[in-house]
Amino acid sequence: MSNPQQLRYSKEHEWLSPAEDGVATVGITEHAANALGDVVYVQLPEVGATITAGETCGELESTKSVSDLYSPVTGEVVEANQAVVDDPSLVNTAPFEGGWLFKVRVTDEPQDLLSADEYTEFAG
Amino acid sequence: MSTSPRRTALDALHRSLGATMTDFAGWDMPLRYASERDEHTAVRTRAGLFDLSHMGEITVTGAQAAALLDHALVGNIGGVGVGRARYTMICREDGGILDDLIVYRLAEQEYMVVANASNAQVVLDALTERAAGFDAEVRDDRDAYALIAVQGPESPGILKSLTDADLDGLKYYAGLPGTVAGVPALIARTGYTGEDGFELFTAPEHAERLWRALTEAGAPVGLIPCGLSCRDTLRLEAGMPLYGHELTTALTPFDAGLGRVVKFEKEGDFVGREALEAAAERAATAPPRRLVGLVAQGRRVPRAGMSVVADGTVVGEVTSGAPSPTLGKPIAMAYVDAAYAEAGTSGVGVDIRGTHEPYDVVALPFYKRQK
Repeated sequence: MSNPQQLRYSKEHEWLSPAEDGVATVGITEHAANALGDVVYVQLPEVGATITAGETCGELESTKSVSDLYSPVTGEVVEANQAVVDDPSLVNTAPFEGGWLFKVRVTDEPQDLLSADEYTEFAG
Repeated sequence: MSTSPRRTALDALHRSLGATMTDFAGWDMPLRYASERDEHTAVRTRAGLFDLSHMGEITVTGAQAAALLDHALVGNIGGVGVGRARYTMICREDGGILDDLIVYRLAEQEYMVVANASNAQVVLDALTERAAGFDAEVRDDRDAYALIAVQGPESPGILKSLTDADLDGLKYYAGLPGTVAGVPALIARTGYTGEDGFELFTAPEHAERLWRALTEAGAPVGLIPCGLSCRDTLRLEAGMPLYGHELTTALTPFDAGLGRVVKFEKEGDFVGREALEAAAERAATAPPRRLVGLVAQGRRVPRAGMSVVADGTVVGEVTSGAPSPTLGKPIAMAYVDAAYAEAGTSGVGVDIRGTHEPYDVVALPFYKRQK
C-alpha cells in the first residue's frame, strides 16, 4: 500500500490534496478503506457547509459498521463527489482518485497533518 | 477465561492469505480475505471455503445417550436416524433459549452436538449437569475437531473430486464418516449460507491439508476463501437466526417463531417442558412480536438494536441488519408487533441515528436458492 507523496494526512485517516486557488480535495486513505471493508453508503457534507478541523462532517457505512468522517481542515465545502454517493465502492477501489469525497475552501489548517512517510509509519 | 484469543489450526494459513482477523467469541477468526461482497457472491454463484473451527463440538455416547438428549433438548433426538442430523435447541427451565444446535447421530449410541462458539461452554455445562442419572457420557470435543465448510452450487462437484463417499446419497441434514483428500472426516451436508454445501469435521492436524486440497480442487470453478463477514450476510439473506440476535435467553422458541422445534409429543419429561407449554399457549392466544424481514427503500443500513417505528411509535426492534449483496439493498430481520408483521405492510420505518428511514415488510427468507 503506498500513500501518494504529494498528499498530507490526518490521524483520522483522511488525505488532503495541496490547495489550488485555496481549494483542497479530501478523501480517506487506502488503509482506512481496507479497514472499513466494502463501503456501501457515504453521507457527505453539503456544499456551502462550514466544516471544522477534527470534527465530524459525514458518515461512511460499510457492511459491518458505520464510521464518522472527520474534516482534516477548517473551511467551506465547495463540492461533494456525487459519483461516490452513487457508487460508494469507489472509496474501496480508488480511494486516492475517483473515490475522493469533497472539496473544501481551506480557511485554517492544523499544524499536525502528516507527510506521506509519517502517515505510513503511523498507520503501520 | 484466558485473555489472548484462541487460534484455529488454520491460523497461519489465514494470515498468509492476508485475512483480516477479528475476535469472535474468544477466537481469532478470519473476518474477510479481500472484499466480503465478492466472497458473498462466490458462495451464491460458485463456491466458498470457510474455517469454522470455533464451533463447539460435544460428543454424547452411551446406552442412554438418546434418552439424555431427549431430556436435555427440546427436539425428538431419539427419532433421528443414524447418519442424519437435526436442528434443535437447548432451553432453560423457564423456556429461554440457551442455544440453537445441530445434533448429528453418528452411531446408534453416539451423537455429536454442535453448539455456537459463544455458547459452547454453556451448552457443555448444561449437558453435563443434565446427564446426571443417565447411562451416558458427555465429552468436550472442542479441541478434537477443526471444521471446514465448503458452500455454494459448485461444492458437490469440488468435494466429489476429493472423496469416494456417496455424496449423491447424502441428503441435506445428513452426515457420514469418510475420507476427503486422504484424511478422515465427518462429511455433513449442512451449512449456514442458504446454499447447498458441506461441513467437514476433521482432526486439527489434518485441517491444513484438507483446506489446501479443497482450494486446489475448487480454484478452476471459482472457489475462494471466505470469512465470517460474508457468512453473516449469507445467513441473513437466507433468514436464518443467529444466537445473540434473533435468539436469546429472553425468548422461548415460540417467541422466535420456531415453536416447531419443540416436540411435546416425545416420551418423557424434558427441561423446560412446562414453561414451553405455557409459551405455546400464550403464542396461540396472544401472538408475540413476529420475526419479519425488512427491505430498505433507501440506502441507510439498519443495525441490531435499532427501533422499528410506525405511526410515531416504536413497534419493534431490529435484530440483524446489513447491506444485502444479492438484493442490492439494505435488509434486516426484526421482531415487530403483529399488527405490522404482514408482508406488504407500509408506513414502517427504522430509526437510524434519529432519522426514520422507510422500509418494506417482507416474508422471510429474503433469498431462497433455486433447486
